[in-house]
Amino acid sequence: MFRATLKSLLARKVRLVLSGLAVVLGVMFVSGAFVLTDTLGRSFDSLFADAYAEVDVNVAAKPKLEIGEMEGEQLIGPFPASTVETVRAVNGVAEATGVVSADGARLIGSNGKAVTSFGPPQLGGNWTGESDLVRLQEGRAPQADNEIVINKGLATAGKVALGDQVGVLTLEPRKDFTIVGIFGYSGDRDSLGGANEVMFTTPVAQQLMLGEPDVYNSVVVSAADGVTDDQLRDAVAAAVGDNYVVKTGEQLSADAAAGLKEGLAFFNRILLGFAAVALLVGTFLILNTFSIIVAQRTRELALLRAVGASGKQIIGSVVLEAIAIGLIASVFGLAAGIGIGALLAYLFSNLAGGMALAGIAVPASAVIGAFGVGLVITVLAALLPALRAARIPPIAAMQDVATPDRPLTKITIAGAVVTAIGATLLFVGLGGYAGSRTLMTILGGVLFAFIGVALLTPLISRPVVALLGAVFAGWVPGKLGRLNSGRNPRRTAITAAALMVGIALVTGITVILDSAKSSISGLVQDTVQAELVIAGAQNGPRPPSFDPAVLDQTKAIPGVRLVDGQYGDMALVGDERTWVGAVTEPAAMRQIYGAKATAGDIDRLAPGQMLISSDAAEARGLSVGATLPVQLARGDAQTYTVTGIYESSPIFGPVILPADAARNFSVTQPIQAFIQLEPGTGVADVQSRVEALLVDSPEVSVADRDAFIEEQTGQLDSLLTMIQILLALAIVIAVLGIINTLALSVLERTRELGLLRAIGLRRSQTMGMITVEAVVISVFGALLGVAVGSGLGAAVVEALRDEGINKLVLPWGQMGVFLGLAAIIGVIAAVLPAIRAARINVLGAIAHD
Amino acid sequence: MTATTGQPAQAAARASDVWKVYGSGEAQVIALRGVSAEFERGRFTAIMGPSGSGKSTLMHCLAGLDTVTRGTVHVGDTTVTGLGDAGLTKLRRDKVGFIFQQFNLLPTLTAKENILLPLSIAGRKPDPAWYDVVIDTVGLRDRLDHRPAQLSGGQQQRVACARALVARPEVIFADEPTGNLDSRSGAEVLNFLRNSVREHGQTIVMVTHDPTAAAYADRVVFLADGQIVSELIEPTADTVLDTMKKLDTPAEVAG
Repeated sequence: MFRATLKSLLARKVRLVLSGLAVVLGVMFVSGAFVLTDTLGRSFDSLFADAYAEVDVNVAAKPKLEIGEMEGEQLIGPFPASTVETVRAVNGVAEATGVVSADGARLIGSNGKAVTSFGPPQLGGNWTGESDLVRLQEGRAPQADNEIVINKGLATAGKVALGDQVGVLTLEPRKDFTIVGIFGYSGDRDSLGGANEVMFTTPVAQQLMLGEPDVYNSVVVSAADGVTDDQLRDAVAAAVGDNYVVKTGEQLSADAAAGLKEGLAFFNRILLGFAAVALLVGTFLILNTFSIIVAQRTRELALLRAVGASGKQIIGSVVLEAIAIGLIASVFGLAAGIGIGALLAYLFSNLAGGMALAGIAVPASAVIGAFGVGLVITVLAALLPALRAARIPPIAAMQDVATPDRPLTKITIAGAVVTAIGATLLFVGLGGYAGSRTLMTILGGVLFAFIGVALLTPLISRPVVALLGAVFAGWVPGKLGRLNSGRNPRRTAITAAALMVGIALVTGITVILDSAKSSISGLVQDTVQAELVIAGAQNGPRPPSFDPAVLDQTKAIPGVRLVDGQYGDMALVGDERTWVGAVTEPAAMRQIYGAKATAGDIDRLAPGQMLISSDAAEARGLSVGATLPVQLARGDAQTYTVTGIYESSPIFGPVILPADAARNFSVTQPIQAFIQLEPGTGVADVQSRVEALLVDSPEVSVADRDAFIEEQTGQLDSLLTMIQILLALAIVIAVLGIINTLALSVLERTRELGLLRAIGLRRSQTMGMITVEAVVISVFGALLGVAVGSGLGAAVVEALRDEGINKLVLPWGQMGVFLGLAAIIGVIAAVLPAIRAARINVLGAIAHD
Repeated sequence: MTATTGQPAQAAARASDVWKVYGSGEAQVIALRGVSAEFERGRFTAIMGPSGSGKSTLMHCLAGLDTVTRGTVHVGDTTVTGLGDAGLTKLRRDKVGFIFQQFNLLPTLTAKENILLPLSIAGRKPDPAWYDVVIDTVGLRDRLDHRPAQLSGGQQQRVACARALVARPEVIFADEPTGNLDSRSGAEVLNFLRNSVREHGQTIVMVTHDPTAAAYADRVVFLADGQIVSELIEPTADTVLDTMKKLDTPAEVAG
């Protein structure tokens, strides 16, 4: 008897470990996210503190247009060189240096392609000499106009060396330079946070990076002895006036780090979102585990009641157990989270060209998050089983524990109600009736829908499991396994529901992205009449661009009918920040893109004129002839007159300006071009000639329309892959749930298994039986997930109809893969329980009382 | 000590000098001490003895559910001793039938499916004529589509008996088959077991501590302290009771 008790305790321990693992994984995600963002945040702090260590005070022109971290690089506008003199004359200034430093210097590496940094800026500037931070490792400072120095990290990435002739893309098309020096940074670093730097002589830097001679975009000021940074800042600010931003080096580095941290916070929220999914699945698992424990301890709990324990005490004992599990799981989850956070930070720093990492520390948010989430989730999930435990009558101690199948009426009604609430929330959210709370409403709707369907699952499980099991009808172990999986509909249901969540999210997102992809490519195919497209892949905040001269040269190729080059940037139009485009060929609006005019003339666009979309016109109450100021990234605000309104389409942005406006965009070169050929012209022939024109614009290439569509929509595919990887965690947790349920089934049916073995069931047949049970449960879960996911995806696609996503694509192939995957998951989950079942001692099992 | 009846070739099950020792050192328990016994074909044998006498252990060893420490066990022409799991499974599947105290039916299957389970596991078809005979003998024809939960204890045990019989095993081992039944249901089951021996030549070995149940057997073997101490042919409840009483007083144990 003692052995049996010990065994059951041990078995329970395994189950507790399995369900605890679900909490561990969820908590790991939460604390990992906090540790990662904290570590990176502090690393950015120290990075910028280093970068601006020698800056006492910095003077810059007020930006023309504020650009958020998620929108691109802030353009720091130029100011005349005379400002440097003004600053130098201020009392307390020891030294004032005019500095040119702007994003967008792309070195062409030895493979002929532009070196990319995947995020950090690619700075181009003037060489102002060595300092404590910057030191030449090889060569000398640039002296002639065709000489540059570059940082070591860039030289390594581009596989170029001292003395090489290299091309550099800037505001201007490719220009060739000789590398006369290679520099590094203090602390033996090859780059600062992965940024690439190309340093020219000052006049060249001014022309290429700022677009004008004799301008700078910052002044670095050092204080004379006895003058504090703050005093100096105030003095300089007073001297230069309101058009300048004057900051101490400390402020500057804090502001720069804050910008990046904003991006980090966004990343943090995404990670926490996935943690939430993992925890939702974990909740199902814990709920199931505690229900099982309570059911198994019915006799024991009833005995406690019989000897006078109150219902509250019973609840207390179950909840106490939950608290213990929650605490232990949180500790492990926190530890794992610190490890994962550190690992991710290390990977990130490697990706960012070996950014020096600040020491890994555990922020309070990680600890609070870990324990809060771990405890709350566990206790919440244990509450329902605890209440059920309190309702066990004392008489159950005397009776044989026959837990009759409780009717499913209540749970089904509850499920229907919760599902209805979820559907309503989704309808409100997706229908756009929730205003600023749209996202919350939709997420709430999804959550309710999941819980509602989970509650309905026991009812659905019977017919579906019977149907699934029909596959195994001819095989005795298979039949037994199928019957077993239908035996406890609640347990089967909740186990399957856990798997459902992950699969439903993956399916839903696949439906949305595939629909978007198909709609976009369908739209482009239907409306864009261009045989060739010049475009490139965007690998950072800055879009790829090319030499505008290519446009005219292309137009001159025989057989080319129309060429339209496109520019784009953020701008302040009226008082609203919006994306604006500029086109070199207004006639293309109608002839290439199939635009329809709703008012005015959209075929012509002179300087000072603008076209707007019908939606924008409606939203702002604008009509043809209206005038409004437009502030671009460079230059002063200018007044534009609306001369035409085109019917809104996902192909166009809200505002289109003439090509001459693009010289004041932050990227002054075209980023895309569409080429329409005369009928009967050989596409391949023109394509190869355009290719030759693009030899000095390695960021872009020319492709036919289908390849262009493929390239554009390919980005959605990588997004999908990333989401699938993150959601795989939720699926892993669900697998733990299946293992848990099966292990328990094996334990509960020890006697039955013994009997089956006694009457001649082979070990392999026993394992087959358990495996079928697992496969039926997991395929059932996957079926639910695919169904719910398709529903959710279809609802979102329906809601996005106005945004141009007008095709619903159900990824049948993917769904089939999920079902197949679920079958494999079932087989894997069954391995351990099946081995355990096969090893059951026949005599022990049937003699066991 | 031996208790041998008839020729070895006729034995459905045979134990030769079987020892069974649990544990070691001070915790050592000797459950069987050199038991040799034969159980003839077509006879109904009861194994009796006070609790702790080793009667269940002997049956488990005979049925291949437990291994012996020393000695050999045969079922029909199969040497059970030394068989691996696959061999034991095959033995249980093809040559042995079981009836347990706790009916041990699968709750998910109907009565009919439970009865046919050993055959379907083995992938064999039931002999329809014999199946009809078994069903009629146990009197369950109108209950075949019921699940165990819808049957009374006696009915469940009859299903278990039918399950053991339908495969026509070399020998059926019954472990306290009436232990969980009221006396009327118990009598039904015992009658039924005796009839299957008398009319159909089935071999049955039954462990029991109930003298009334033992009286249904053709022969009773008594165990005490891991050894066979006595034997009765054509027993009655009274003769069994008398023998039992003697066994309870160690001083009077017959050599």
